[in-house]
Amino acid sequence: MADQTLPIAGTLGVTPQRSRSSRLLAWLHEWVITVDHKKLGILYISYSLIFLLVAGAEAICIRIQLAMPNNHFLSPEVFNRLFTMHGTTMVFLVGMPILFGFANYLVPLMIGARDMAFPRLNAFSFWLTAFGGLLLYYSFLGGFGLYGMGNAPDVAWFAYAPLTEKAFSPGHSTDYWALALIVSGFGTLGTAINIIATTLSMRCRGMTLLRMPLFVWLMLVVSAMTLVTITPLTAAQAMLVIDRYLGGHFFDTQAGGSAVAWAHFFWIFGHPEVYILVLPAFAIENEIVPVFSRKGIFGYPAMVAASVGIGFVSMGVWAHHMFTIGLTSVGNTFFVLSTMLVGIPTGIKIFNWLATMWGGRIRFASPMLFATAFIFQFLIAGLTGIMLSVAPWDWQLHNSYFLIAHFHYVLVGAIVFNVFAAIYYWYPKATGRMLDEKLAKWHFWLFVLGFHITFDTMHFVGFMGMPRQIYTYLPDRGWGPLNLVISIGGFIQAIAVLIFVYNLVHSYFRGKEAGNDPWDAWTLEWSTPSPPPVYNFATDPVVYSRRPLWDLKHPEDPDWKYES
Amino acid sequence: MSAIPVSDFEQPWELPSRGRIGMLSLIIGESAIFTIFVVAYIFYIGRSVSGPTPQQVLDIPILNTICLLSSSVTIWLSERQIERGNMRAFAALWALTMGLGIEFIIGTWLEWKKLIFVDGLTIRTNLFGTTFYSLVGLHATHVVVGLIMLTFVLIFTLTGRLNHAHAERVEVLALYWHFVDAVWVVVFTVVYIVGR
Repeated sequence: MADQTLPIAGTLGVTPQRSRSSRLLAWLHEWVITVDHKKLGILYISYSLIFLLVAGAEAICIRIQLAMPNNHFLSPEVFNRLFTMHGTTMVFLVGMPILFGFANYLVPLMIGARDMAFPRLNAFSFWLTAFGGLLLYYSFLGGFGLYGMGNAPDVAWFAYAPLTEKAFSPGHSTDYWALALIVSGFGTLGTAINIIATTLSMRCRGMTLLRMPLFVWLMLVVSAMTLVTITPLTAAQAMLVIDRYLGGHFFDTQAGGSAVAWAHFFWIFGHPEVYILVLPAFAIENEIVPVFSRKGIFGYPAMVAASVGIGFVSMGVWAHHMFTIGLTSVGNTFFVLSTMLVGIPTGIKIFNWLATMWGGRIRFASPMLFATAFIFQFLIAGLTGIMLSVAPWDWQLHNSYFLIAHFHYVLVGAIVFNVFAAIYYWYPKATGRMLDEKLAKWHFWLFVLGFHITFDTMHFVGFMGMPRQIYTYLPDRGWGPLNLVISIGGFIQAIAVLIFVYNLVHSYFRGKEAGNDPWDAWTLEWSTPSPPPVYNFATDPVVYSRRPLWDLKHPEDPDWKYES
Repeated sequence: MSAIPVSDFEQPWELPSRGRIGMLSLIIGESAIFTIFVVAYIFYIGRSVSGPTPQQVLDIPILNTICLLSSSVTIWLSERQIERGNMRAFAALWALTMGLGIEFIIGTWLEWKKLIFVDGLTIRTNLFGTTFYSLVGLHATHVVVGLIMLTFVLIFTLTGRLNHAHAERVEVLALYWHFVDAVWVVVFTVVYIVGR
């Protein structure tokens, strides 16, 4: 430990000075071989942030292409590749890893453990995920294949059969897509197993299930969902690979196979996946709102029950992605009702966050700004979701820009906003320095502005009938002006993200010292130094309530007096 | 912490074993993979546009089934032996379990050999071939992975590196083996009874 003096004088400096390059190598080596959950968490998060920039750049290219009618900024083939890569990257290489990165970093700290249950499995999972991402992007170089057809997958992120069959997607680009998702899927499965085992088996003394921070609870639910959600995708991808490489007929309609089966298998994964992405955003909200409202979370047991409820209900809604494929009327009714049912537990959550803020002394520091915007935007995303859950409405607007606007409201308006909130909130813990608050405010206001210019407008081009995944459109459709507005909003968001990236780098070197507990928070991670030592806690903590640090700071009025 | 609720210290603090939780989680995830393949199999029954059909070529693998299911019993008996530290009996029962598993793989190999070379059914012949080889092959792959892990345990036992302190780890591995056996009950029912 750095703060201890060595008993023998002059023992320091025994190690010979290394050259600059070997120090760099040693530093790299340390990060590659690490099994420390904090380092792996940071690796996950940095990996996703890099891909966030890549996929964001892809989105900007798409927006330039669509800004005007009859535009030819990109070729049609490149356009198809870009929206496929944008979607696949954002879901699999940004959304999942960044949220599992936060889980990796925070779950052991929050439950008073020294590491995850299986540290080496943890490292293995990260490197699998990382390899999956590289495999996907290697398709730009290697996807040319034997037939000289195409590079990078161009089958859209849901890759409907039979387009993905060998006859319609020759070359290797689709293979890279399938294999990359299988590989990163195994990584995700490993992490999910690890988080479940950590939460159930590694809690410190006194940390009963109903004293766990809600963040940990939600990550437990997410991981449990991951177990039964990512695996169907892996199975479906295995079937696709069998079709493509071994000449199987799973999705080969000419040999009796079914394209609709792919749609079912994909959405059995695909819909719970949305909740896997959004529940961690709820988890972040659950930590930030109470701390910045200076009140304990309102309705803790209801929050836990609602999260578990969302987990269960989300498994039974997948076919609402398939109303336009054609279901029976019983099928339609079932999936309309089950989809609407999700509104109840999510509504409970929104009211509980509002009730937590109600009457609190709210501090609008940067994490709270993003977390507040989240509530508004998630509410709107939920309302358009209820609209789309009505089958006749969906028949009109499915695969229009209204749908795109709806799910970007969830993925950007809710998830990305809370990822930013989380980075502002926990960056001081991970690096020991505060992020610059002035730059943070610029980032927030520009991003909110850009977000609403882009995605609010997108609802209206959807109403005007503009379908998704089209390369260009004719001027007489009247979609031109609104599309230009959408693209301008995209650029404003890009500028905001660049400010954020600059802030991350700038504050790492120049930021204010954070200290252990800059936000006066209540969960265990703030009791450790910033950044926490490798072993997290010198002595195993013991907790008596849901807010162990409140008990420490207010011994005259501890929480455990009020909790049964 | 000045005032502490005393009751908390009186209760022992015990948490479930992480190995067991990890393996159970893996089993839940694997079950979902098998579910998709089983559902696909059931969905595609009778949809092949050309032969051969399951009725024409499939024989019920009774010996295989008996061997695999009884290996669950032998592995359970061996778990009891390692708990008592009875390593010789453990090694014998463990080797018997492996023998039963190997018999299953040989049986599957013979079945596939007949199907491929006598009946001319491969994975690309028709939809039945595709779903049959994928589902039964997925299960057989799990048996092979299980056998590899069982082999490691046997090697460690015979070299004297395993003792009753490792009982829990062996039991976690046995959970996987039980799962592979349980899946066979489903695969057997779907492929050889419902689908035939």
